[in-house]
Amino acid sequence: MQELGKAEVNSTRITRQDDNRVIIEKDLDTEYMVLSMGPQHPSTHGVLRLECVTDGEVVVEAEPYLGYLHRCFEKYCENVDYPGIVPYTDRLDYLAGINNELAYCITVEKLLDIEIPRRVEFIRVITAELNRIASHLVAIGTYGIDLGAFTPFLFCFRDREIILGLLEWISGARMLYHYVWIGGLSYDVPADFRKRVSEFVSYFKPKVVELRQLLTENEIFVKRTKGVGIMPADVAINYGWSGPMLRGSGVKWDLRRDDPYSIYPELQFDVPVPDGKFSDVGDCLSRHLVRALEMDESLKIIEQCLDKMPEVDGFNSRALIPKRIRPKAGEVYGRAENPRGELGFYIQSDGKSTKPLRCKARSSCFVNLSAMKDLSKGQLIPDLVAIIGSIDIVLGEVDR
Amino acid sequence: MDKGMEEAGNLMSAMVQESKAAYDIIRERFGEAVSEFDANPTMPFFEVIDNARWGDIALFMRDNPRLKFNYMACLSGVDYLAEGKLGIVCNFESIGNFTHRIAVKVKCQRDGGSIPSVSCVWHTANWHEREAYDMYGMVFDGHPDLRRILCPEDWTGFPLRKDYQVQETYHGIKVPY
Repeated sequence: MQELGKAEVNSTRITRQDDNRVIIEKDLDTEYMVLSMGPQHPSTHGVLRLECVTDGEVVVEAEPYLGYLHRCFEKYCENVDYPGIVPYTDRLDYLAGINNELAYCITVEKLLDIEIPRRVEFIRVITAELNRIASHLVAIGTYGIDLGAFTPFLFCFRDREIILGLLEWISGARMLYHYVWIGGLSYDVPADFRKRVSEFVSYFKPKVVELRQLLTENEIFVKRTKGVGIMPADVAINYGWSGPMLRGSGVKWDLRRDDPYSIYPELQFDVPVPDGKFSDVGDCLSRHLVRALEMDESLKIIEQCLDKMPEVDGFNSRALIPKRIRPKAGEVYGRAENPRGELGFYIQSDGKSTKPLRCKARSSCFVNLSAMKDLSKGQLIPDLVAIIGSIDIVLGEVDR
Repeated sequence: MDKGMEEAGNLMSAMVQESKAAYDIIRERFGEAVSEFDANPTMPFFEVIDNARWGDIALFMRDNPRLKFNYMACLSGVDYLAEGKLGIVCNFESIGNFTHRIAVKVKCQRDGGSIPSVSCVWHTANWHEREAYDMYGMVFDGHPDLRRILCPEDWTGFPLRKDYQVQETYHGIKVPY
């Protein structure tokens, strides 16, 4: 058989068979199929729509469509005063409300230049780290579900329930706390806070190991995630990735260490990055691994804070909150390390008004998700599910 | 040297001084295309005056061995209604190389103004620029895919402009209530 020619149009192939017959084959291309994944799809973690162009089982291109949950957070920021924005920030990444409040409050505090009581700082860090564990538990649990493992999800939600119980006891709400205020906290912690949190820490430590044996070291789980969706470190930085996503690519970058805020400089903790022995650096398994290891670090931070937290008689967590929050004219970009990466706020103040001129939320999920198009090229559809799960998006934050 | 200026220099925090050093390198290369350095204590920045050179400046900032601003943390659109302008504010830093940070502002005319796109320099700018276009309506020249991202494609107006008037109805649904 000898190939005589190929035409680009309709991908025609002309061949001469051994018995001198000439065969012209037309339309050899398989037809692409457009597969719309979401917005109502369990593995898109909310209302994300992916328009996948597929060639059989292989994804040629996947274009994300967002905005189904868009409520123009930035517009209403311009219409309420500074303290009024805090409850709205809870609704950005609704799995990590305290972290969002903290990011917003430290940004405004930078502009106000006020002193924060030490006890407040410790309570903020403890609650933020508790919330980080709760958020990672959801991320890990639902990632298991995406890949067909149901039991770890139940284990995660059982332990998350305890954290939500603790936070409800402190703030009065299960998910949308409004606990961290600009310059203070809404309430001081209850009397036996220290005892109950350390009880949780000692309860949860073996559970982390259990979860690792159950899910992270599970052979089926490893086979589904290892080597899938690899993101090289320099591309990840160029895409603006942050948090566990960036660390999964092997970049040791954590705002708690590299742009420290609150009392993090006084605390000892590691920034876990994959070493390439258990996972391929930058793949879905690495990103999962970073989240799993970070829970240990959060426990370490909580333990240290519980030791160091000063006891103050008759402590009033609202004492130093300014009566009227009106920052001087200026602009600021402040950020904090959220469970999903860098949550930043760009705030512009004109110095006269009690409302910001401009308040932009730089959401980590929004930026992390923007690499989806490149990451999905040439992947199988089931691997696409593994990749979306490893990005760990919360659509409340993506769409704002 | 002027004593007042020297004192102002001493008052600059270490962070601002680092930004100033980075700015000096850019100024040396691009001269009048960039404005004076603004030693804002919470967010030191400079402004790009010659918009046409913003792409070159961006590439220089990313690739110069003394700058290496490889990470664009944020890009925010801003409406300067009093000046009749729209603009963007970008925050940069250098992961794994240096500790310096700097912010850059680029402005354009309110009506029909455009800013060169830097999405080929930092991929992250792609979606950020789409968002800024969606909310403010400035055009990014050379952007590979400039569409609305958060609002529906057939939405009218640009919601974050200070003089934005919401449309009466959207597909027969009353919008303001």
